Amino acid sequence: MHIHALDAYHHRTSLVHSLDGRVKLALALLFIISAAVIPDGAWPAYVLLAALALGVTVASQLGVGFVQRRAAVVLSFALAAVTVVFSTPGRSLLAMRVLGQQLAVTDAGLVRFVSILLKSWLSVQMAVVLTASTHFPTLLRAMRSLRVPRILVAIAGFAYRYIFVIGDEALRLTRARAARSGFLSLSKEGASDRRGGGSVFWRAWVTGGMVGSLFLRSIERSERIYDAMLARGYDGEVRSLRPPILQARDVLIALPFVLVLVAIQFVARLSW
Amino acid sequence: MAMKPCIEIRDLSFAYPDGRPALHDVSLSVRPGEKVALVGPNGAGKSTLLLHLNGILRGEGGVSVMGQQVAESHLARIRAQVGLVFQNPEDQLFSPTVFDDVAYGPLYAGLPEEEVRRQVAWALVQVGLEGYAGRLSHHLSLGEKKRAAIATVLSMRPDILALDEPTAGLDLRARRRLIGLLQDLPQTMLAATHDMRLAAEVFPRMVILDEGRLIADGSTGDLLADEQLLEAHGLERPC
Amino acid sequence: MLLNTVNPAPNPMHIPDGFLGLAVSLVCWILAALGVGMALWRSREAMGERQVPLMGVLAAFIFAAQMLNFTVAGGTSGHLIGGALAAILLGPWAGILTMTTVVAIQALLFQDGGLLVMGANILNMGIIATLVGYGLYRAALAVARGRRWGLFVGGFAAAWASVVIASVACAVQLAFSGTSPLGLALPAMVGVHVLIGTGEGLITVGALAFVAGVRRDLLEPAEAATGSLRWASVGLVVALAVVLLAPLASPHPDGLERVAEDAGFIEVAKDAPYEIIPDYVLPGIPNEALATIAAGIVGTLIVAGVAFAVARLRRQTAS
Repeated sequence: MHIHALDAYHHRTSLVHSLDGRVKLALALLFIISAAVIPDGAWPAYVLLAALALGVTVASQLGVGFVQRRAAVVLSFALAAVTVVFSTPGRSLLAMRVLGQQLAVTDAGLVRFVSILLKSWLSVQMAVVLTASTHFPTLLRAMRSLRVPRILVAIAGFAYRYIFVIGDEALRLTRARAARSGFLSLSKEGASDRRGGGSVFWRAWVTGGMVGSLFLRSIERSERIYDAMLARGYDGEVRSLRPPILQARDVLIALPFVLVLVAIQFVARLSW
Repeated sequence: MAMKPCIEIRDLSFAYPDGRPALHDVSLSVRPGEKVALVGPNGAGKSTLLLHLNGILRGEGGVSVMGQQVAESHLARIRAQVGLVFQNPEDQLFSPTVFDDVAYGPLYAGLPEEEVRRQVAWALVQVGLEGYAGRLSHHLSLGEKKRAAIATVLSMRPDILALDEPTAGLDLRARRRLIGLLQDLPQTMLAATHDMRLAAEVFPRMVILDEGRLIADGSTGDLLADEQLLEAHGLERPC
Repeated sequence: MLLNTVNPAPNPMHIPDGFLGLAVSLVCWILAALGVGMALWRSREAMGERQVPLMGVLAAFIFAAQMLNFTVAGGTSGHLIGGALAAILLGPWAGILTMTTVVAIQALLFQDGGLLVMGANILNMGIIATLVGYGLYRAALAVARGRRWGLFVGGFAAAWASVVIASVACAVQLAFSGTSPLGLALPAMVGVHVLIGTGEGLITVGALAFVAGVRRDLLEPAEAATGSLRWASVGLVVALAVVLLAPLASPHPDGLERVAEDAGFIEVAKDAPYEIIPDYVLPGIPNEALATIAAGIVGTLIVAGVAFAVARLRRQTAS
């Protein structure tokens, strides 16, 4: 059984897919930073940013539905920001009693809340497109251009490689446990009618044991891997091929994107 | 003596999430007490079929065990009745000691401590591992692990035993031991295997799977005599 | 089924982009970089050329371990984040490296945590959780002086505290960003994570018991090593720093009412055109439509958010 779902990359022959990984990473980060610094309530700027995100999604041929489904991840964190609706000073819109306290929803609060949600929703869309259009190893190499230490990138590469293997093991462990997690309402020997499942503590304990077991196997596996690396001449230094030179084409595509981001910032600061 | 089948699979089809088809319209009926060998080349869908018996995988078509549909509401019961022994015993032994692993099933079922101990002791005797209760699962030999894995499902007193490659990787001695064990156990048995000699010795009925389809279902003796059939599906007569 | 088994639902600590201000994000990045840099340097000394394969595989282990969950009640399940366990099993520096790798991969592959705010997530789950957990563990071992209970009490306390303190840090970051006032964020975060921390503690103890039973030698280095006091202090200092920073994040440390009063809108609230009573009666006053829409939107968002969170938790346990 394979955990195919872990491979976030979705192959398409699109412009976005063919762009240099470093350029994509940089543009995605610039986009997210742009979203972060747009003032609350600068709706035209948000709309333009959303249009840009939509444009990128379309250009990537990944499908708007696909990107939106993956982007929905941030919704569950929205609760964390909802309190700002009450606590931002401003003109009160409606008041309510919550837990004995008088709270008021303010206009400024709503504006702030919606702005936070928009920033989040727009940012995650770019992250989704980035991930789905770039092979993970390519993404890691792109990290080097951001001065992420070579060792860290190498570790992440190893982790990515073995997540599938060890994740598979974890999956099989849970299946083995599920296969033995059964109960009849009356035991075969006619003992008292008991609700199965054991106590929560016991279940947690068993799960902990599985974690411990997985840990030992992982340690042993890493030792075998290390031996295999030694056998092929590994000496601790992480070496890799020189990254390809940045193509002019990629820079040319990036430029308008950056200009649009800058323009959006201007729009955001115009007072209406 | 027409007994109601204890495993009834009707037109079962299953494809993996990534679209790979694994089973096509497989139908199989097993009566209580029968011992059936499931053979076929790698990738035929043998393991996949076994995983449908206790609801770990759910495909299209009908699977019913001991008269119950394999569905969410019956899973707990079914898992107490079907003992699934996985191919890799490492996956099955996830507790520190042999005792803990064999006791998991009865403990989960909520049996009182006295009874749990009794079931564990009994299961260990069945597989020839008396005295191993305190041993660390980690340190056992492969043959011992395989038997311990069987003990972990036996302790639940299942009506049906489903085994995935029970003799894979075993040396001669361990293999003989296991064959003896399988011959003695009274449960209805379904075993996915490459080991044709095992099939000939222990399992009177044989089902051939290839590329997810059921190719043949009949007496082991008859099927093993049909060399053309065997060769066509990547199998060999045992010498 | 596979996807949800594989990716534990974003727990309330993986902050997405947009929820932290730029300044806060950058400060967190700097702190995270310092911590990770230190960890890289120190672990290279300890591990030598084993560093890459060992850390990589163990990061994969932590990631996979987070998939192993247990049913708590009904649709909820408990599972591991792993900061304390990583530190106890691997040592603090390796713990920081593995947790950082896990956080990074979660953000990059699953959007479980944002990219700009990754510094904050690394700081919380990769550094603070790890150091606090390790410090507490060493302290417990020192107090137990070799007796068996040290491992279990220490393990539980370390795991629990690592989760709770990390959640405080998270709340502080949200407050500094103006996303959620401390008076509300802190009790909410800590409240939830006190429970999550219990699950973490139990799994951690189970794992430690397993390892102690089968390969005690792997745990010995931590126990025998000197400098317990130093580590306990580090853990304590980090925890205190996070907790004491909290009041700074809130101009009004004493809660929402004080905020309301000082901001002057409690008066406004009294004159508010609307008063929501439990059975949702809205008297007709000017701007009625606007207020109704606003109430509808807020209500829907809250319900949607809760439903989504519950659905994710349910799907986790359905497999």
